Amino acid sequence: MATLIDLATTPVRELNQALHAPEATAWRVLNPRGAHAVACGIREDLAVDIEGHVGYYCAGMNQRATVTVHGNAGTGVAENMMSGTVRVRGNASQSAGATAHGGLLVIDGDASARCGISMKGVDIVVGGNVGHMSAFMGQAGRLVVCGDAGDALGDSLYEARLYVRGTVKSLGADCVEKEMRPEHLAELAELLKAAERDEDPAGFRRYGSARKLYHFKVDNTTAY
Amino acid sequence: MCGIVGLHLREPSLEPRLGELLTAMLGQVVERGPDSAGVAVYGDPRLSPPGRIVVSLLGTSKAEVEAALPGVRAYDADATTVAHTDAASVAAALPGARVIGTGEGFAVLKGTGNPAALAESFGLAGVSGWQGVGHTRMATESAVTPEGAHPFSVGPGQCLVHNGSFANHATIRRELRAQGIEFDSENDSEVGARFVAHQLERGADPEKALRLLCERFDGFYTLLVSTSDSFAVVRDAIACKPALVAETDAWVAMASEYRALDVLPGIEDARIFEPEPEEVYVWRR
Repeated sequence: MATLIDLATTPVRELNQALHAPEATAWRVLNPRGAHAVACGIREDLAVDIEGHVGYYCAGMNQRATVTVHGNAGTGVAENMMSGTVRVRGNASQSAGATAHGGLLVIDGDASARCGISMKGVDIVVGGNVGHMSAFMGQAGRLVVCGDAGDALGDSLYEARLYVRGTVKSLGADCVEKEMRPEHLAELAELLKAAERDEDPAGFRRYGSARKLYHFKVDNTTAY
Repeated sequence: MCGIVGLHLREPSLEPRLGELLTAMLGQVVERGPDSAGVAVYGDPRLSPPGRIVVSLLGTSKAEVEAALPGVRAYDADATTVAHTDAASVAAALPGARVIGTGEGFAVLKGTGNPAALAESFGLAGVSGWQGVGHTRMATESAVTPEGAHPFSVGPGQCLVHNGSFANHATIRRELRAQGIEFDSENDSEVGARFVAHQLERGADPEKALRLLCERFDGFYTLLVSTSDSFAVVRDAIACKPALVAETDAWVAMASEYRALDVLPGIEDARIFEPEPEEVYVWRR
């Protein structure tokens, strides 16, 4: 039986304090009504179900917990997540999973602009589309997009690996399509399974860094 | 930051509740712009009786207006005075008063201070109408004064609210001045409003006017632009300034954040989406 917290009567700060020193392992949060910073900074192996739409930075800095949003999420869901799982049943706004180091972020619907911006090791699986500049400066981790990607996918990418099933409106600077080898099909199959999705990995294309922006080139001195 | 809220009613039975709903929406974006606020209300019979041109003013009062213009009714709403007359009559009788909006069935109310307190001081909860727009301002480009508060209304029944900052406003202001257009302030958002008003005056519809704005303006913007028969939203190509639209058979609403939409009746069944960058969305009455 989950411990119930109703945000219509309990402030978000009290909810987060309770989740930081938890006396239960399963939690159900009612009436989020777009509140910011719901279920942030958890460090325990908890299951938190949020019944409704949340505002900015939901489940930010998450470690170990499984946080499920039964609704849409605002800007920066699971930003800087370290481990655990965050699942959004609806759509997510911009900068989903920004700078996250680890864990799994699943967005069943669409994610808007800059999904996975500066990702540092997180795995992100999006059931729908992602907006422009997704995985911008992505350093590590995997981004899987079951729908389409917007403009400038993977701009200034480092070593994050991107898999897209639909169309890519345009690739960002230094992002290129790469060969899908057996190890990539295998890791993609694992990611889709973890996200509880049934798409065939063979239907995806892989994108990654051309590694041409890594080092300063002396030929470019005059550009500065 | 700045916060935007807007509500365009399709269901006439909700019109008596416009002010109450707009007040609740504005209350959810106070933190986004705590230094000043303003609203535009379309169709309130007390502020703007049907079929009548009214003028919204700063720098005067009901007492001054009624003394200078016998027979003209006026209402005070915080720093703003709404007078049931036209701008030319006010200019002749009260040269110190500053026009912040004029049109038929349309009033603009502005002030400085906490937006929730301002809504109360405007008597916003008691206002009715078919469309309303609100803005909470966190000033970055110019001083915190009632004049600097949004909405910017520079054409009849038109109004623009802006979250963001235009980078090339000085250049565009210079170009518009060269065409004889006068400005009230050095505020970047006023340039956007003057540009849109100029395009509408030249015959563009709101969609065309905002497409032209996207081509000409550089910088960050989420804009809500309303006229006496339309409600339009546009965002710049980068789209870092937030915007959400919710739509039901009874209304269309736009806000900077979801929490401002959550106060609306029937939100649980609304179609909710983020406007795409550089795509112009227009709803007509």
